[in-house]
Amino acid sequence: MAQASTWQRLSRNGAVRFGASVLLVLVLVALAAPWLGTVDPAAMDASHIYAPAGTRAPFAMADGSSVPHALLMGGDSLGRDIWSRVVYGTRVSLLVGLFTAIVALALGVVAGTIAGYFRRADAILMRFMDGLMAIPAILLAIALVAALGAKVWTVVVAIAIPEVPRVTRLVRSLVLTLREEPFVEAARALATPTPVILVRHILPNAMAPMIVQGTFIMASAVLTEAILSFLGLGLPPDVPTWGNIMAEGRIAFSQYPGAVLWPALFLVPTVLAVNLLGDGLRDVLDPKFAKR
Amino acid sequence: MLRFLIQRLLAVVPVLLVVSIVVFLILRLAPGDPAAVIAGNSATSQEIEQVRKQLGLDQPLVMQYGIWVGKVLQGDLGYSFYLNKPVSALIAQRIEPTLALAFGTIVLAVLIAVPLGTLAAWRLGGWLDRLLSGFSVLGFSVPVFVIGYVLIYLFSMQLSILPVQGYKRLFGSDAQGLWPWLRHLILPWATLGLIYIALIARVTRASVSEALTEDYIRTARAKGINEVAVLLRHALANAAVPIVTVIGIGVALLIGGVVVTETVYSIPGLGSLTVEAVLNRDFPMIQGVVLFFSVLYVLINLLVDVSYLFLDPRIRY
Repeated sequence: MAQASTWQRLSRNGAVRFGASVLLVLVLVALAAPWLGTVDPAAMDASHIYAPAGTRAPFAMADGSSVPHALLMGGDSLGRDIWSRVVYGTRVSLLVGLFTAIVALALGVVAGTIAGYFRRADAILMRFMDGLMAIPAILLAIALVAALGAKVWTVVVAIAIPEVPRVTRLVRSLVLTLREEPFVEAARALATPTPVILVRHILPNAMAPMIVQGTFIMASAVLTEAILSFLGLGLPPDVPTWGNIMAEGRIAFSQYPGAVLWPALFLVPTVLAVNLLGDGLRDVLDPKFAKR
Repeated sequence: MLRFLIQRLLAVVPVLLVVSIVVFLILRLAPGDPAAVIAGNSATSQEIEQVRKQLGLDQPLVMQYGIWVGKVLQGDLGYSFYLNKPVSALIAQRIEPTLALAFGTIVLAVLIAVPLGTLAAWRLGGWLDRLLSGFSVLGFSVPVFVIGYVLIYLFSMQLSILPVQGYKRLFGSDAQGLWPWLRHLILPWATLGLIYIALIARVTRASVSEALTEDYIRTARAKGINEVAVLLRHALANAAVPIVTVIGIGVALLIGGVVVTETVYSIPGLGSLTVEAVLNRDFPMIQGVVLFFSVLYVLINLLVDVSYLFLDPRIRY
């Protein structure tokens, strides 16, 4: 039987198909947010404070106009539409997840390549990473947000940094194996400059495990962002994120559990889908690499 | 044996050194004068000057670090100007609920996860195995606070059989006894335990199922030893090292979960202390708690390393 191409094998993998489909739907939701029966996620209408889910009533906008509206998930303590906030929150969560994965991978690739290729830097760099790993991830993220202040980029950096040691270890181990390969030796014999060897010969061969790792980082970043926001330590409360919506609903949870529970309907499938996607990608692209 | 212990202890030193440097530098990431940051928002300029002198903040960074580490080694984690108390006293005050929550979760999770994982490995691909793998995927995807609120919704609000929130002390002057203490901890334990159980059960399953393929298992079965003894004395005993390792590594996950769980259930422990400290920009407190938890985590994993000596007689250093 002829060897199936990577794309074919990916498209046949159940976990990849499920994870990618859910993720695609979420991306579409994020892009189409204004047309999904939403109003401005920041708009407040006092008549909708703690409105029950499914209320059909006009929504008074800030400029005095009023639009017909269905509050699918009810209203929050300020009379904002929870459905609109959850839908717009998809944008924030996906972007934070994506950028966290990119930042963590970028930092980890640089550190891991240096540690793996330049023996002298290895010991110091890896001891530093060991120490960084000894600080529980959420605590490190919390402390970093506290120091840097809560803006979108600081939250991304704060969530990314605790992930860096793991990426560094992975990249370092890949580089250590690849640098002994005959094609790298050949490149070196041809006096190829070191940066060219790294970028042209080593990193492309380390891509597959890095993509897998990046997917898992994205899943945990979406979770961590929600946790930080939920604790009131993440993005400013006026930014609609799933964690912020839940944090806002916390105070009145015993009377109105909706504000806390509705966003979970988006959050949980998102993390689940991205995790499954990572599992599937790993099985197809990199069967040897055990999860973490 | 002694050489091994000394080696392990020495290996911890660079880790703690890096941890202390990172924790020390976190404060410097905050914009503004470090003395003003430490003294808090309500400090007068006189107080700020006093802090500067006390902590040697007018000296070079390396000296400042030396002074700080020196104090930490003597048990002085700094002074919370916001709460007007030494950080170490505040940690001591709030540690009981956190220890009860964390250690209770570890004990319960191990008691549940290890048998589950072992049984799943015994009948690979069976219904329990499939249930467990579905459960662990879910366990890693549902955030702790969502589990917490769902449990509160079900058990406290719909069934009204457990208290919604709060904590009753087991020790001290305002202690109310064992039952109120237990009742308030059942849901937090369940909340925090879920992800930990998923983690330990998955590793137990992998480790035991690998041990079960070994020749000595076949020999043991051939000798007619009953299946329970085969599973416990031969398979599980030989699978112990990875299981204990993941229990240790999982503590990092658990500490993150403690912060969230304490917030969900309004438990006045170190986790809620951390959140309050960040909200109040109380940096000495933040540094103290992060350092405390990190050192705890490192020490637990040191214990895990040492336990290998007893779990696997083949390990000789």
